[in-house]
Amino acid sequence: MAELDLRRPVVRAEEPWRPAGRRRPGTLRARATWTGRGRLVAGLVALGLLVAGAVLIPWLGGLDQGAVDYAAVRQPPSLAHPFGTDAVGRDLFLRAFAGLGVSLTVAASCAVISTVIGTLYGAVSGLLGGWPDRLLMRAVDGVNAVPHLLLGIVIVALYRGSVLAVIASIGLTHWTTVARVVRSEVLSLRSRPFVDAAISGGASRRRVLGRHLLPAVVPPAVLSSVLILPHAVWHETALSFLGLGLPPHLASLGNILAEGRQAVLLGSWWIVVFPSVLLAATTLAVAGVAAWWRDRSRPRRRSELAL
Amino acid sequence: MSTATVGRRRGREIGTLVAWRLGVAVPVVAVVATAVFLLAAWSPFDPIYQYFGAGVFSAGDAAIANARVQLGLDDSVWSQLGRWAGGLLSGDLGQSLSFRQPVSTVVGQRLPWTLLLVTVGLVVAVVISLVAGVTAAWRQGGWVDRGVTAVGHTLEGLPPFVLALGAIAVFAVAWPVLPVAGLTDAGAAPTVDQVTRHLVLPAVVLGVSQTPWLVLHVRSSLLGALDEDHVTGARARGLPERVVMLRHALPTALLPFVTVLGNRLPELVTGAVLVETVFSWPGIAAAVVTAALSVDFPLLAALTLLTTAAVLLGALLADVAVLVLDPRVSADG
Repeated sequence: MAELDLRRPVVRAEEPWRPAGRRRPGTLRARATWTGRGRLVAGLVALGLLVAGAVLIPWLGGLDQGAVDYAAVRQPPSLAHPFGTDAVGRDLFLRAFAGLGVSLTVAASCAVISTVIGTLYGAVSGLLGGWPDRLLMRAVDGVNAVPHLLLGIVIVALYRGSVLAVIASIGLTHWTTVARVVRSEVLSLRSRPFVDAAISGGASRRRVLGRHLLPAVVPPAVLSSVLILPHAVWHETALSFLGLGLPPHLASLGNILAEGRQAVLLGSWWIVVFPSVLLAATTLAVAGVAAWWRDRSRPRRRSELAL
Repeated sequence: MSTATVGRRRGREIGTLVAWRLGVAVPVVAVVATAVFLLAAWSPFDPIYQYFGAGVFSAGDAAIANARVQLGLDDSVWSQLGRWAGGLLSGDLGQSLSFRQPVSTVVGQRLPWTLLLVTVGLVVAVVISLVAGVTAAWRQGGWVDRGVTAVGHTLEGLPPFVLALGAIAVFAVAWPVLPVAGLTDAGAAPTVDQVTRHLVLPAVVLGVSQTPWLVLHVRSSLLGALDEDHVTGARARGLPERVVMLRHALPTALLPFVTVLGNRLPELVTGAVLVETVFSWPGIAAAVVTAALSVDFPLLAALTLLTTAAVLLGALLADVAVLVLDPRVSADG
């Protein structure tokens, strides 16, 4: 029965059919992302330790900013000097934490200046609306068009030689983010029903501003000023590293790192590593706290994060 | 609508966008120039010291007074500003004190090296961030993703010069495969081979320092794109995952990436200032620091204006690129 054999359907050796149940890219379920309170606690604890270290360690260790010890130049980390010593024999453990304190103080002053300028500017712009608003926002674009570090360098170069110049150069260049945030917040608040309700309920202009607009603007303004903090530390470090920042004898993270270039060539890695670790730890701690705050104050964003 | 009509309309939109942005850029640059000049004019620094240098202490009062009159230092701030701006417009950028050359010569000599460094750095940053971002989004929540995100957040907190010092310590001192600094070995001619070897470390450090932001952006925007309907559609048609990911999801995710890239130019300049200084790269960014240290106002002002123009141009190019790439966007200034 050869004919029958010929009519038999040809069955190719195919792979057995399987349901499309493979894992798809991007659909792997996100493991419990670190959005909870753990991040806040970790950030706060780290920040607390760093600030406490910056305040207490130089004080307990009796740091003398001007003291040098040529008998102990460039010593690697040991029990007597946990972070080693620098090119003129100063203990880096004390200086790094004192430097962190100086950097944080400068950064906090900058953040306050930026927040005040930015909030006022943004609120005025958002409340005026119309063409003044457009003009003011164009001015913000103009400030943003100059790289911050460059503008800072110009200010510091011309008004050299004081901590105030450094604070001004960072504070005067970082208010634009706050201004943008506050403006968009005010713009969106102006058209909300509760503002209409307050106005139709006979609230005075001042009451609407003080009781309804301002409290709602404060959280985003504070958040963006907290986010400025690591950025300001970063800028202070960069300016000092370039030799344009704080006076060289003053311990600051940037001043310690400025020595790093020579130190690296001579193999003294500790002069770079420990201040850098403090710098990164500060940034991460602040970022953790800020991220928690952002997720908390914007529930929608929290859902976006868990995509 | 035929393709030709769409193409023409697109071209007109791009033309409008460019014209509008240039119209805005001119006043912005003018305001920045005025602001920088006023900052200098009201600063406690007296340009007479710049003119005389150390000789100011031996120069007689008459010579100083003479120089003041000649330089017009006692005129009102506004007439000095007018004179300076007039010089800028006629192409006279002034004389750089710290380099003892006309500013235009300094810029002309140094600009190519900076462009080279920044371009290569940008390419490095784009390649790293695309590869790392796509890999992280491919397996969201996996160990690669968590590793990339953690490294990204840590790098965000480290200034480029720390990375640069680390790179020098590893690749030039501990394991000396690459030169420490400079454009060439001492006394060598700037041949392709020399410059390439010296370019590797600065360019990679500059690229890596720009990466964290870009990686996190690519990752999150790709995750968003994976949820879109056309990606689900592509999957439903049974296309291989590689095709879905790279041909369907990635192009959608890349459009905002182009905008972000264009707007990151200020950070790139900032990074270049620090990286060029650490590696003694003879570019204009390092000249900013030299100029600032010796209060060389003409050079400092010229470089500030140049950078401002570059930043505005970068944002414009990014918007034009988005307009060309994305058929949905219509330009509204």
